[in-house]
Amino acid sequence: MSSSAAKPAPRPTPDTAPYFEATKRGELCIQRCQRCERAYFYPRSSCPACGSTDVVWFTTSGRARLHTYMLSYRAAPGFEDQVPYAIAIVELAEGPRLMTNIVGIPNTPEHLVLDMELEVDFEPRGEEMVPVFRPLGVTS
Amino acid sequence: MSPKALGAIIGAAETERLGTVPELSALELHADAARRAVADAGLTMADIDGVASAGHTPSAVAHYLGITPSYLDGTMVGGCSYLVHVRHAVAAIAAGLAKHVLITHGESGRSRVGAPPRWPDPSSQMGQFEVPYGVLGPPTMFPMGVLRFMAETGLTHEQLASVAVAQRRWSSMVPRAKFRDLITVEDVFASPMIAYPMHLLECCVVTDGGGALVVSAVEGAADRPKPPVYVLGTGEAMETPLVSQMEDFTRSKAFRLSSQLAFHQAQITTSDVDHLMIYDAFAHLPIYGLEDLGFVGRGEAGAFIEEGNTSPGGSLPMNTNGGGLSYTHTGMYGMFLVQESVRQLRGEAAAQVEGVELSVAQGVGGMFMAAGCLVLGTSATLG
Ligand SMILES: [Zn+2]
Repeated sequence: MSSSAAKPAPRPTPDTAPYFEATKRGELCIQRCQRCERAYFYPRSSCPACGSTDVVWFTTSGRARLHTYMLSYRAAPGFEDQVPYAIAIVELAEGPRLMTNIVGIPNTPEHLVLDMELEVDFEPRGEEMVPVFRPLGVTS
Repeated sequence: MSPKALGAIIGAAETERLGTVPELSALELHADAARRAVADAGLTMADIDGVASAGHTPSAVAHYLGITPSYLDGTMVGGCSYLVHVRHAVAAIAAGLAKHVLITHGESGRSRVGAPPRWPDPSSQMGQFEVPYGVLGPPTMFPMGVLRFMAETGLTHEQLASVAVAQRRWSSMVPRAKFRDLITVEDVFASPMIAYPMHLLECCVVTDGGGALVVSAVEGAADRPKPPVYVLGTGEAMETPLVSQMEDFTRSKAFRLSSQLAFHQAQITTSDVDHLMIYDAFAHLPIYGLEDLGFVGRGEAGAFIEEGNTSPGGSLPMNTNGGGLSYTHTGMYGMFLVQESVRQLRGEAAAQVEGVELSVAQGVGGMFMAAGCLVLGTSATLG
């Protein structure tokens, strides 16, 4: 078992369950408003831009850019072997941003270049899977 | 500039002790500050008919003190809650809901005596979308935009460090400050990296303490023992409960909106401000604040601080108690912003600035979650 088994696990709620069902299939799914066509994150029953409840889930391209990050020099549970590790904000090709980890490259300022192209991957957190991102074209 | 006073702060006090106070539970810190602030106002607890608090509910604080108020405000939007309480209190007093509103803060941030747990539930928003990525509290989250800010504006690591250097110049004159030794940019760089790009000395201290305020109507305020501090403008605003959902990682929407409300209400511009407090849980906050409040232009705050403009003798004295970086930071630091503004306006600060008639206190809550702004003045500022 990898050390990520001990990393903090999310506990989905009814409003977020479709997101975590998708990550288990290896898909990053978020919602889009049918009225104003904006994609948004985090999951919720109405569009934060226009208030419409006519919203649908869709599978994103999984492509993103590195927007900003920090490097934690202290270990959260399960991250003991990785210090310092990046806690990053990525901007999805579809627009919304989310917090994540960056895998597949050393987590150093030299390697983590803002706006670099990334693609989604998934890691276990307890019984759930969460999206993480690796540089585009770098395979696991 | 001819502002009208909305209300007055007639009593203000911090706990007798600040720093490491394991003998007092968080509620006792509320109570100690409350008794001292009420005495400072020349009142007794029997005069208090409104209570506002965050961290503990106003009912918990009121019951502890033996008060049965007719006005309760439990607004809890993080460290700026107390500034928002002042805003609500002057409105409530004007509406006849109360005469004397007691606002209390007490937090056992260092010793954690009688303090609530900090780790978010895994089913909370943070627990689902941020905690799984190894965040360890505010040091790994609040400064999330700093590298973006540097890339977009040219802010340097040296300028970021100079925030801590400038505030230590102030705290070196403040006997109650947690840290008083002068430091250099090199000292900041030599301190342990907590979460790149933030070194230990760019993160706030962690302390126990409290503070309290008594807010009343303008009428009668001049008859109290201490010179009244008039509330000239107030603002509150919010952005996001999740730092990862900031609209722009290089600007605080809540700083901008709350200060615009307060400045507009007080009919002031930045050039009217003699003294400024900007909530500094981390060194980047005064940089964001100076730009979001309009004191300097985009990308200019780093150099402005580095060149000494906010230091003793500078044109814009800022965080004159030493701030959260050097004076004290219990967790929800905003109460201490107001305490220092009041001291400067009364002329009783440890590092007193000459001729302070108008002071602005800008608080932030959560991690760019919310903000509260107060424009405070002496009787000389009234139109
Ligand atoms: Zn919409």
